[in-house]
Amino acid sequence: MTPAMTSLKDGLLKGGLGSLLILALIILVVFPLTLDLFRLNLVGKYLTYGFVAIGLVMLWGYGGVLSLGQGVFFGLGGYCMAMFLKLEASDPETTKIQSTPGIPDFMDWNQLTELPFWWKPFYSLPLTMIAIIAIPSLLAFIISFAMFKRRVGGVYFAIITQAVALVLSVLIIGQQGYTGGVNGMTDLKTMLGWDTRTDSAKYILYFVSAGLLIVSILLCMWVQKSKLGTLLLAMRDKEDRVRFSGYDVSMFKVFVFCLAAALSAIGGAMFTLQVGFMSPSFVGIVPSIEMVIFAAVGGRMSLVGAVYGALLVNFGKTYFSETAPDLWLFLMAALFIGVVLAFPNGLAGLYESHIKPWIARRVAARKASVTPRTPAAPTPPSTSLSSSAPPAAPARA
Amino acid sequence: MSNTDFVLAVEDLTVSFDGFKAIDSLNLYVDKNELRVIIGPNGAGKTTLLDLICGKTKASKGSIKFKNEELTRLPEYGIVRKGVGRKFQTPSIYENLSVFQNLEVSFPRGRGVFGALRFKCNAEVRERVQSVAEEIGLAEKLHTEAGLLSHGQKQWLEIGMLLMQDPELLMLDEPIAGMSVRERELTAELLQRICQNRSMIVIEHDMEFVKRIASKVTVMHQGKILAEGSMDKVQSDPKVIDVYLGH
Amino acid sequence: MSLTDMYNIALMQGFAGLSLFAVLLLMGLGLAIIFGQMGVINMAHGEFMAIGAYTIFLFSTLTQNYLPNAMQMYFPFAICIAFIVAFIVGWFVEWALIRHLYKRPLDTLLATWGLSLGMQQIFRSTFGPKEVSPTLPDWLMGSWAPSEGLDIPINGMFVLALTALVTGLVMLALYKSRWGLRVRATVSNRVMANAIGINTRKTDRLTFAIGCGIAGVAGAAFTTIGSTGPTSGSLYIVDAFLVVTFGGAASLLGTVASAFGIAQTQSIAEFFMTGSMAKVLTLMMIISILMIRPQGLFASKVRR
Repeated sequence: MTPAMTSLKDGLLKGGLGSLLILALIILVVFPLTLDLFRLNLVGKYLTYGFVAIGLVMLWGYGGVLSLGQGVFFGLGGYCMAMFLKLEASDPETTKIQSTPGIPDFMDWNQLTELPFWWKPFYSLPLTMIAIIAIPSLLAFIISFAMFKRRVGGVYFAIITQAVALVLSVLIIGQQGYTGGVNGMTDLKTMLGWDTRTDSAKYILYFVSAGLLIVSILLCMWVQKSKLGTLLLAMRDKEDRVRFSGYDVSMFKVFVFCLAAALSAIGGAMFTLQVGFMSPSFVGIVPSIEMVIFAAVGGRMSLVGAVYGALLVNFGKTYFSETAPDLWLFLMAALFIGVVLAFPNGLAGLYESHIKPWIARRVAARKASVTPRTPAAPTPPSTSLSSSAPPAAPARA
Repeated sequence: MSNTDFVLAVEDLTVSFDGFKAIDSLNLYVDKNELRVIIGPNGAGKTTLLDLICGKTKASKGSIKFKNEELTRLPEYGIVRKGVGRKFQTPSIYENLSVFQNLEVSFPRGRGVFGALRFKCNAEVRERVQSVAEEIGLAEKLHTEAGLLSHGQKQWLEIGMLLMQDPELLMLDEPIAGMSVRERELTAELLQRICQNRSMIVIEHDMEFVKRIASKVTVMHQGKILAEGSMDKVQSDPKVIDVYLGH
Repeated sequence: MSLTDMYNIALMQGFAGLSLFAVLLLMGLGLAIIFGQMGVINMAHGEFMAIGAYTIFLFSTLTQNYLPNAMQMYFPFAICIAFIVAFIVGWFVEWALIRHLYKRPLDTLLATWGLSLGMQQIFRSTFGPKEVSPTLPDWLMGSWAPSEGLDIPINGMFVLALTALVTGLVMLALYKSRWGLRVRATVSNRVMANAIGINTRKTDRLTFAIGCGIAGVAGAAFTTIGSTGPTSGSLYIVDAFLVVTFGGAASLLGTVASAFGIAQTQSIAEFFMTGSMAKVLTLMMIISILMIRPQGLFASKVRR
């Protein structure tokens, strides 16, 4: 095995693998077997929010940087995919009733007569897939490089991410000739000839999303277990000390911001594939803050927890929006306030602090009553950064 | 003017905050393997001087040359990588990590983003952590969470973290503040040991301690140097007695 | 078109810019006090403005139903009540929520966002989801025409005058009153302020409440230029924060300058392009300038 694989294996075996396995079981086995296709499709949608949530765990939980604009990257990824799908759905045959056949319908409605040049690369799937990762990462790099090099952080950075979200959503809505405006890009049907709306397609897309999510979590775990992960935690705690130990702190923050952006973009693209449209309602300030609550509820220090958080909050939203929409907004308000005041590490934190010790006590009690025997020599505690998870750090704003 | 034999050459250094000159045309020269102690009343500018050297504060005027390289243009991490280590007044360690992890993170390899991703804690790193831990007297506590150490031990840990970087110039700001008598003795021994391979600048107030470790003493007052020389010479200087030591 | 026409259009456009300036400044003032002086991010600030607006609406309905003769006079009275109501709610919110979160600005941000959601829902349940407008007194309607072809809307002038009054009062209070002194002392050095007997908790509560009260007045002012709905507050919150951040959070003068700059940039841009593109351009300029100078226009140079 290459050294990278060995360290990955080490990391997994020592921490987090158990809960990841359970999550994988639930989303790859339990859900597909127990839920009907409609509900499964919904779960697939929620899982794409999970990408944003795990990005926020890395960025906010580990890096200490709060971004209120992740919708920007989710949307950019989603729109790139949507552009590809829309072009495919706008071939001259299907659009022959338009004044200008061969271009998307919203362009036609806005009296555009030819495809803008920057749409052209999206005829190609490989280029689209590169764009999905590259464009949001590039934007993230520019924003975060400019900000972090200048030591802008904390609240100021959060407000600027909000402003960026506002800029992008206003831009998309305002330029409806180029983007489909407030309705977004709809009527997305096929990908390279494969119809994405059939039942079998939905199953396949679900598994692809879930699989990609698991892989992304593994990737993030690898980062967490590396020296970079420990440095992120150290920076959160004592940024100056890290700086004066010879580290360029800003580049680490840039890295983790770009990572979160790329993850969100993948989520956006999978969302577009599964749901069949993308609109600016996922880009602006309100959806971006909602994405933060997914990570906060699940546990901003826990990758797996954040996914559960995304699932739970979205289940709640769907359920309550139908039955008691007034109540839902109060619940959301209570969630925000509760997470901040009462359980800052989310459900995962509650699990670590209350449930796990309780389980441990029960198991120990049972062991003691079953066989009294000399306890085995305690295994030496893991000593290296690449194999032990750092002790849970208190949530700090 | 600049002598290439000096490890640190500070010349005409000035910094002012909104008109107030915290450091005023200061000149300071430190030799190789010299243990220089800086003393002076509060507000003299001692900590500010260290801030300027390590890059925490930007100078208004003047130059700081480390082994003949100008430091004032470099970012903080650049200055550290050149070989300057700074210990802060209050122990600045990573409370949530173990002593081992604190030291490991300070190992001077894998300092870029991708280097940090690929960093492997191999035998070389482990050995170095072990030897530094022994040096600072924390070899027994390698797996204790740093936040649980006593105040004195935290100070030693921070010194250890700096030692991991193997700096040629080590700057300590009041390293024995809050320590017991025994701990002060141990720290004095530690500083004398580690000074054999590097230059050090120490800010301190405890005169006994200063006498024990200093080869040369610099007295600062109101952003300028008031007196410089051996401890005896400085202690008998009437200006110093007037301003700082008392009659 | 003739020279006079262009001149009139320029004046009216300039006045529109001034109106926007007044709106941004009123929003920014309350926020500058809370954020700039206390470091508390109040994402529910827009909702406090809505409280002021809804208060005016309530007053207008009540006056209409019970005291129709007083229709011309209720407005100034109602503005004071708007201040008081927002003040009281702010007082309560500080006690219940904010005081737990002083050292944690990012958490305050999230918590107050939740608060804003809750408040929006309360508005929705109490006043309904549709937008409402108070009946304004006659003297506020219409426009003033000092010369042929030049129409200055009266409500715009009213908002400007009110803004000037409130800004003046706030500056006066902050720099000349005992409260202002206590606030500035607490901001500079909380521990020392406590040590010399300033009740910092009370000061904080008072400051937050006053900031919210100003937001209430801002909301009252907005009823003259637009209708109010449950989500009206969220329209302006990002702009308000950018005004404060751009101006340099610790400086009231900075808030004034940045509100002016932002407003003029946007209205001049609107002359040349669509409203949404003008907004995008203004926002991008603010973001770029903040990237170069993150501490804002007027930052305090303090050795920390």
